[in-house]
Amino acid sequence: MISPTVVIVVVLVVLPILWTVVLAFQDLRLIRLRTAGLLGDYTLDNFVQVFSSSGFWSALVTTLVYSVCGTAAAIGLGLVAALALRGGFRGRTFVRASLLLPYVAPIVAATFVWGVMLNPQFGIVNEVGTRLLGWDEPIAFLSQRPTALITVIVFEMWRSFPFAFLFLTARLQAAPATLEEAAKVDGATPTQVFRHILLPQLMPTIAVLALLRFIWTFNNFDDIFLLTGGGAGTQVISVRVFDYLVSRGDIGAASAQALVLSTVLLVLVTVYYRFAAKDEVA
Amino acid sequence: MADVVTAAADAPAAPTAQRRGPTAGRRWSRYRVEVRVLGVLRWVVIVGLMLFTLFPFYYMVLLSVRDLSALLQDPARLWPALSEFTVSTYREVLTSTGSGGQGFLRFIANSGLIALGTVAVTLAFAISGAYAIARLRFPGRRNISVLFLAVYLFPSILLAVPLFVFFTRIGLRGSLAALVLVYVSQTVAVAIYMLRNYFQTVPASIEEAAAVDGAGRFTILRRITLPLAMPAILSNALFVFMIAWNEFLFALLFLVEDRSRWTVSLGLSQLAGSIEIPTTVLMAGSVILTLPIVVLFFATERLLTGGLTAGAEKG
Repeated sequence: MISPTVVIVVVLVVLPILWTVVLAFQDLRLIRLRTAGLLGDYTLDNFVQVFSSSGFWSALVTTLVYSVCGTAAAIGLGLVAALALRGGFRGRTFVRASLLLPYVAPIVAATFVWGVMLNPQFGIVNEVGTRLLGWDEPIAFLSQRPTALITVIVFEMWRSFPFAFLFLTARLQAAPATLEEAAKVDGATPTQVFRHILLPQLMPTIAVLALLRFIWTFNNFDDIFLLTGGGAGTQVISVRVFDYLVSRGDIGAASAQALVLSTVLLVLVTVYYRFAAKDEVA
Repeated sequence: MADVVTAAADAPAAPTAQRRGPTAGRRWSRYRVEVRVLGVLRWVVIVGLMLFTLFPFYYMVLLSVRDLSALLQDPARLWPALSEFTVSTYREVLTSTGSGGQGFLRFIANSGLIALGTVAVTLAFAISGAYAIARLRFPGRRNISVLFLAVYLFPSILLAVPLFVFFTRIGLRGSLAALVLVYVSQTVAVAIYMLRNYFQTVPASIEEAAAVDGAGRFTILRRITLPLAMPAILSNALFVFMIAWNEFLFALLFLVEDRSRWTVSLGLSQLAGSIEIPTTVLMAGSVILTLPIVVLFFATERLLTGGLTAGAEKG
């Protein structure tokens, strides 16, 4: 009964991954795709080309900055939201569901509306900024350094904090009230209760969230591609892979970079797993 | 900390002073200040978060019903004036390109077809697969779960290159069916993982009772296990539907060349760069893209979030 599923996953996921490895060692262009042989002619040229281009290294740095900051910001805001919505109040269910909207909304619509909001000509943010906040001139948020990178990180925070919020809320509901009551009786203030009672209980969840969010942000393509197209210092590796594949038609170099991306990710995740969260994850 | 220590030292010496005077005020001051400040801050945070999350959606709807020239004159207006209120943007975005519109009806049909197809195929695979993992013993049972989870975490851009090459080579790139197949491979792993957790909560004794009464394995699955697992299956279906409806990268890679096959996401992203189409018309397109997801989400929020976190607590 499981075999059809295994077949489809193997054919459409496992084989392609292995094939990427093969492609990365071949000199294959999109134009010659229909005539070229699919195996053989192995070469290291793609990797030489990838590692020797400065664009690759700066894209790697951008990817790291984007994923670390995006992950931290999303989890931070998720934690604040989970704590603020902890106590009951009228309409909490509605508020909670509303906060999850950015995470389920279609990415294309979300990036489009953000792009218009931040538009220098008639976007509401610049309009409010120049009229009420006294900015000298409209800011081109998505097309100049370093605001473009900051903006995509803020967007990542907006889009992903609901995920952290959801998991942290679930964990908070499972935290026993007796501990906090005992601390309160002993005279602990709310921040002390948070620091010494709640935070230690949340740490394992935060560790798992950090891992998951980091992996997803590191691999993220849609958000940056749709917001900036990879311009103005926001080119992350996945966007670079896409450019090589579609614009340049250089399949070999695209595969090589995708492979390096996955390897870097694998190494980082292994290191994290080993040192930071040995007991907490798993 | 220092406060607490002094207060405790003072307490036995002057038990009467504690109740009335400034000592009592000082002893609890940090506590009181924090409770006050946090009490206010909490509402500030809630209101701030609501604005932060919902404003883009409100802005989307707002722009979709405003007139373009009025928007350019007064971009900061937060609600549409009655005189400029219009739904012609929706008409323009929906009508076909032949009659001067943007043809979103066609895109909606494509998206719907792809999403429903993905749901149907994924569920067919996932139900049988999850049931097998939960109930049957076979060699490699544990490894399969790991394989499926690994798939979930893999970068889709890594899969994009070989799948693009493969489907180009066999000449199927551009067909909706190929895209459905790719989506199924992306979603089936999570679907199996979530369903398996649910199947395991269905007591095996019920199935055994049915087996004693002479029911075969498929009868049991169809008449006993599936009805019991309906909530999980439904939330799974919604989850897969949302993924397929929202997906962008593979739609872009596979379908971009032929406008009549575009999905709503792809259509919006392709037209967004054009200067000829008014922003307000495209905003109407975004509303059309977002609305089904928001409606589905609010209708089934309990089911979905329950399913998501139920899967999380085990892992």
